[in-house]
Amino acid sequence: MSFFSDSCVMFTTQIGFFAFGWIFFLVQLFKDYECRHRTVQIIFSATFSLSCTMFELIIFEIVDILNPDSRYFHWRLNLYVILFLVVFLLPFCISYFVVTNIRLLQNVKMPATAVVWCTFIYFFWKIGDPFPILSAQHGILSIEQVISRVGVIGVTVMALLSGFGAVNCPYTYSSYFLRHVTSEDIAAIEKKLLQTLEMISNKKKRIAIAKRHNSMRQSNDANGSGWLFSRFRSPQNSPSSMIENTDLLQRDVDSLEELCRQIFLETVDLRAENQRIKYSKTFRGRYFNILGYFFSIYCSWKIFMCTINIVFNRVGKVDPVTKGLTILVHFFGIDFNIKLWSQHVSFILVGVMIVTSIRGLLITLTKFFYAISSSKSSNIIVMGLAQIMGMYFVSSVLLMRMNMPEDYRQIITKVLGDLQFQFYHRWFDVIFLVSALSSIGFLYLAHKQAPEKHTVKDITLSAAFNNMNN
Amino acid sequence: MVVNIDRDLKVKVLVLGDSGVGKSSFTHLISYGQITKNHPGYTIGCSTEIKLHDFKQGTLDEKAFCVEVWDIGASKSHAGSRSIFYNNVNGVILVHDLTNNKSLQNLKKWLNDVLNHESSYGLNSVKVSTSTSTPATEQPPYSGLPLIMIGTKLELVNEVNRASKMTAGRNLSTQLGCTEILLDTSNPKYLVAGSGNSVKLSRFFDKTIEHAMLQRKVSMTTSSNMVTTSSLGHRNATALGVEGRKRVMTSAASSSGSNKLSPATSYKSAHLD
Repeated sequence: MSFFSDSCVMFTTQIGFFAFGWIFFLVQLFKDYECRHRTVQIIFSATFSLSCTMFELIIFEIVDILNPDSRYFHWRLNLYVILFLVVFLLPFCISYFVVTNIRLLQNVKMPATAVVWCTFIYFFWKIGDPFPILSAQHGILSIEQVISRVGVIGVTVMALLSGFGAVNCPYTYSSYFLRHVTSEDIAAIEKKLLQTLEMISNKKKRIAIAKRHNSMRQSNDANGSGWLFSRFRSPQNSPSSMIENTDLLQRDVDSLEELCRQIFLETVDLRAENQRIKYSKTFRGRYFNILGYFFSIYCSWKIFMCTINIVFNRVGKVDPVTKGLTILVHFFGIDFNIKLWSQHVSFILVGVMIVTSIRGLLITLTKFFYAISSSKSSNIIVMGLAQIMGMYFVSSVLLMRMNMPEDYRQIITKVLGDLQFQFYHRWFDVIFLVSALSSIGFLYLAHKQAPEKHTVKDITLSAAFNNMNN
Repeated sequence: MVVNIDRDLKVKVLVLGDSGVGKSSFTHLISYGQITKNHPGYTIGCSTEIKLHDFKQGTLDEKAFCVEVWDIGASKSHAGSRSIFYNNVNGVILVHDLTNNKSLQNLKKWLNDVLNHESSYGLNSVKVSTSTSTPATEQPPYSGLPLIMIGTKLELVNEVNRASKMTAGRNLSTQLGCTEILLDTSNPKYLVAGSGNSVKLSRFFDKTIEHAMLQRKVSMTTSSNMVTTSSLGHRNATALGVEGRKRVMTSAASSSGSNKLSPATSYKSAHLD
């Protein structure tokens, strides 16, 4: 009976998460597109719901709600369904939509989809080869094979995102890096933009009028006196010089248009920078500025710790909660019930980590989607994002194991099987380090280039205006 | 073809719509009469084309005008910088994608962006009818910005959905008091000379040229009256300042002859009231 009531609770929460995913999809992701395939929406919401259920089960484990047996059952059920979605169903849907977009393969949709899907499964399998992720006793079709590979991909994505985020966060928050932009700069560059557009329209008018005169002359010749006049036509009215004129003008127009695009992009940059400067003067801006400094300290510490971990090849055995509480007890002599407190503290810590990681991932997904999607590719991109989301959440469960006290770790170890967890932490550290260092490199280059842009462009612009003034 | 070409009058038409609906293809089609050979990428900023439009063709005072067609790029990240293109507009072409409902709903936002930008001499109001039952052709001539709606990618809409899509488009076009053209930008047969679509399009361009001429006349009368009031003496000039402009506006309105200006019925009143 208790199993039945537990299942009811689980399913109710799952439906709640499904509804949240559905609304998020409609309101945030597909704001500007019409959803023509309901299956896309259903699959996305299902992936989201299953991921949230996994986190919910961890929380239930810590707080000890529901029967342990029913919890274990739901763990395994959830895991099987989400692995099925991520490894089988989502790649199949992605291949189907990709094939539908290619015009040549319209008649052989299903076979082409099957072929693409098989290549995906092959590469997915091959990922596992270079990594020491499995103990030898597992068979070829066990669930551990699948989870280990999903774990590798998910951990890579996690480490890349958090490496980049750790560096980008202080860079955007703190106002130290803001370039000085005044509204006069913006007004000046907008004037240049309008002047360039004026020049382009004037030249295009000349081309259009020349073309019309040309075609009128040709039609007049066709009905007119014929070949006699064409022999005595004066050279300056000959059509060849008129055509040459338009070619020269056309080339001028092409280069002016390129210039116009670059000026526009600069206008956008300057305006964005101006917005950031205005924002940094408000209260929120200043608060984020201070946060930025704290984050930069945290980020440098993290990079340092990662390097230490890799160099000295150590993986922490004790989770931070127990370690912190032990320090409190030993150094400050505070006497309290470690077991009870560790439960509460780990609940709060794990809860905060889950919420921030879900929120962070959803925001990043939305940004990616807006940046790269178009009306044709929106379905494919959303399915791709759902797949990354599923793998990401599975791996975050894997990595979260390290942050929980020994008692609560067992269920994850039991459910996920006997994986080499140390490997995943090491792999996370390596990728995090690589990602953070390369982000620092990229941001440094981008920041270096920006202030010099103005002086260089001014010289090019004035040269362009001098040469091309009609 | 018309021999007399006027180069001086500046006629500016904007092409607005969501990203990827087909604005650049449409602009190329109406300016050059042929479809683009290669698929244009996303427009960055603004690209201008010139269309030579024969105004009042077939009559005695026929003239060709150079209409500047400004194709505005619609990337979301460039939203704040677009307002610079919205000055001194004489007409707006609203483009939406027939396979995507949301692009139709967003057209109102685009139109409001342009109208909320500073108006030029009070000629930027748009009449909005409250009843959806009056068809567009029976609307009395309205003052303000000429509009036209274009629905693209007609070849991708299957017959089943066509009726519902056309009703949605028709509702909006009635509301805005403009006509609508449905076409496929990769097929020039939709705009072949003499077809209903090309008649609608040339009527739209006629209206934009008239709007530009009216704007030029108003600006010339204002500047000439400003000169005369300043010569009357400084005190009188400041007293007459605002009032003088108002009188100039209404006198310009009455002298324009036709019943084109009817500020009472505009839903967005000009800054002179």
